[in-house]
Amino acid sequence: MSQTTNILVVGIGGQGVMTASEILSEAAISQGYEVKKTEVAGMSQRGGVVSSHVRFGPRVLSPEISPGETDILVGFEVAEAMRWSHYLRAKNGKSGGVAMINRLRLTPPIVSLGLFDYPCDPVAAVRARGLEVHDFDAGSIARELGDMRLVNTIMLGAISGKLPFPADTLKTCIVSRFAKKKPEMAELNARAFDLGKAAGRA
Amino acid sequence: MSHKPFTPAPAGSRLLMSGNEAIARAAWDAGVRVAAAYPGTPSTEILENIARYPDLYSEWSVNEKVSLEVAIGASLAGGRSFCAMKHVGLNVAADALMTLTLTGVVGGLVIAVADDVGFSSSQNEQDSRFWGRFAHLPILEPADSQEAYAMTLAAFDLSEKFDTPVILRLTTRICHVKCLVEVGERSVRRIAEGFTKNPARWVMVPAHAQRRVPEVYAREKALRSESEITPLNRLEAGTDGRVGFVTSGPAYMHVRETFPDAPVLKLGLSYPVPMDKVRELAAQVDTLVVVEETEQLLEGEIRAAGIPARGKDILPAAGELPPHVLRKSLAALFPALQAAGGEAAPAALPVFPRPPTMCVACPHLGVYYTLSRLRNITIAGDIGCYTLGAGHPWNALDTTICMGASMGMALGLDKGRGPDDAKKSIVAVIGDSTFMHMGMQGLLNIAYNQGNVTVLLLDNRTVGMTGGQDNPGSGRNIHGDDAPRIDFAKVVAALGISPEHIRIVDPYRLPDLLKTLREEIKYEGPSVIVTNRPCVLIDAYEKQPSYAVNEEACTGCGNCVEVGCPAIHVTRREKVVKPSGKEVELAFANIETAACTGCGLCLQPCAPGAIKAAKSGSPVTFV
Repeated sequence: MSQTTNILVVGIGGQGVMTASEILSEAAISQGYEVKKTEVAGMSQRGGVVSSHVRFGPRVLSPEISPGETDILVGFEVAEAMRWSHYLRAKNGKSGGVAMINRLRLTPPIVSLGLFDYPCDPVAAVRARGLEVHDFDAGSIARELGDMRLVNTIMLGAISGKLPFPADTLKTCIVSRFAKKKPEMAELNARAFDLGKAAGRA
Repeated sequence: MSHKPFTPAPAGSRLLMSGNEAIARAAWDAGVRVAAAYPGTPSTEILENIARYPDLYSEWSVNEKVSLEVAIGASLAGGRSFCAMKHVGLNVAADALMTLTLTGVVGGLVIAVADDVGFSSSQNEQDSRFWGRFAHLPILEPADSQEAYAMTLAAFDLSEKFDTPVILRLTTRICHVKCLVEVGERSVRRIAEGFTKNPARWVMVPAHAQRRVPEVYAREKALRSESEITPLNRLEAGTDGRVGFVTSGPAYMHVRETFPDAPVLKLGLSYPVPMDKVRELAAQVDTLVVVEETEQLLEGEIRAAGIPARGKDILPAAGELPPHVLRKSLAALFPALQAAGGEAAPAALPVFPRPPTMCVACPHLGVYYTLSRLRNITIAGDIGCYTLGAGHPWNALDTTICMGASMGMALGLDKGRGPDDAKKSIVAVIGDSTFMHMGMQGLLNIAYNQGNVTVLLLDNRTVGMTGGQDNPGSGRNIHGDDAPRIDFAKVVAALGISPEHIRIVDPYRLPDLLKTLREEIKYEGPSVIVTNRPCVLIDAYEKQPSYAVNEEACTGCGNCVEVGCPAIHVTRREKVVKPSGKEVELAFANIETAACTGCGLCLQPCAPGAIKAAKSGSPVTFV
């Protein structure tokens, strides 16, 4: 099944995880791939964990990515990236899974109440798996652009160089969502995408 | 959710659709006249989407039983009808279903039932395929969105051809998986121009009902033959005959992915079981393995027919069966079996759990904070966002069984109390939508039997947990148009609660809430406290200026943290020894100002008054 690309997008309800995977699916469809996208998000709106699986290739059967078979892990939050890191494909010669992590730390009430500890350095824990890991602060880029909702586009920009199709395909998918109704948002998202792309190369 | 109508894509379009969206489109293409549902994960979006199509009637019903009865009426009126529900919804609607199967239908009648395999948002994982056996009716099981579309259309045809209600059995991995779906042309058909009186058929008194039973068995027999020839059941040849699989629904996709070379009998019409086809497969393979989510159902029937089969002896008895689970389970039995993929995956790293929480400024926060202050009470809970009151920091909910159960259970806890509970107060907590769904009869029963129960009716004017659908409490219908709004105080009074014990309280005013609760708990009889603030996720909620903690004034008492608002974070903890010699842990907190919507709950218990209005232009953190 190596012809199938597996992308796992993880975060917390309300962060835009499902929108990001929707856009990824649209981009893959535009390239003629068969796509399946799934998530379990029954309670995600209540601050729970969200994980969205996107699989595309010539033919996709099961919608679920198995542990150890993720090509790209997109972590909207560091502890969530760590939670799902065993889904990444182990290094096999040159190839192996890639983790793209937003450095944001979101402390849940259960940690605030002192019942559990937040891991000290989740990025280092993922890196210890010996895989390609990129981490950056998508929130600060979004803040400079003046709209926190842009984190989503920044993360997609960051992985755009790792996909089996041109980065511009993904960019076009995002920009065209806004082009008709909100041209100023289209422009802002294009900039966010480019800044994310640069950050993802670092 | 969007109430906006939309223009359906033309026939032949290929669209990225969830199973729920595909079923909605198929219902429209099938010419459904009436569609009804009560929201329930993972089925909710089916009716949300149907409501946006033109030229058919759709509604949120007050519960699943009513939705099925509406569909039955519409079928008898001659048009095609449809209803959707989550698995546990059919328990509520079963009374109607078990006799509907005797009467049969006029216009095609399809019931979409969505099982929550994997417990994403339900109190159990029951397997709806049992209803096929229990009610002698066909079960269709799609494996993805395209099949969900096609099988919805096929279900209407089957329903009319065999004069039977049809169950479309879905799971979360059908409802919420998106893939490309090619949609077809709409064709509207009426089976009859109107209702035809026929008491022998539609009035199910014993004499009439009895005569229908042979018809039902004849129908089941005919469906068994249909199951052997329908293209919905497909025997796929394979090159590796060591193991052959019988499977249905999303499990088919997992099997096909994991064992690409194995022969597979893929069941779309999974009940009645096409036993000849199963025999045909069994003859081709060394071992037959049945892969079914969730119960051991097909497997037992296949073995009872004298065909040796494996299944739940190697596969998990509950939950989903994705490729990694199949690989692991089958490797134990067939070490040489070539499964696709399957490198040993590294272990998960330990990370704190992140259970769902109540929202910032949720009006339920005040209720559970107050309940958590009271001692010697037993709290019967119900199904909705407020079930989260069982969690931290409140730990203020003691039971949950099913929709509306808080009412009956509270009365049982009262009437059945033993010596240990002699001085305990019994409180029931129920939301507005659950109250209208199944709670009203329970409250009537409390009033009638004079239970010593205090009921908290949390009216947030929406079906919160499923994403804010309208209901008779919101004053809007499924399209967002004005509808009569229920008056809870009047309903409760009409059920027999005396007017002086019907209290309406603002859940953001903690002292009022505590005082009212104490008074009504003291009263030895039934009382109802209605809270009156809207869900923070609906339009009716008005944001207020946000608050911040004056860190110099914060003494670390931690009272604000006990409110449980996710916008409040502990910045540091400190152990100190009090003059009395007692060691206490202090928790210094701050408020995520950008997330705070100014409900004011946290500043009420703040001992030093350290919570103040946030200044404008304060630094914005993550939203």
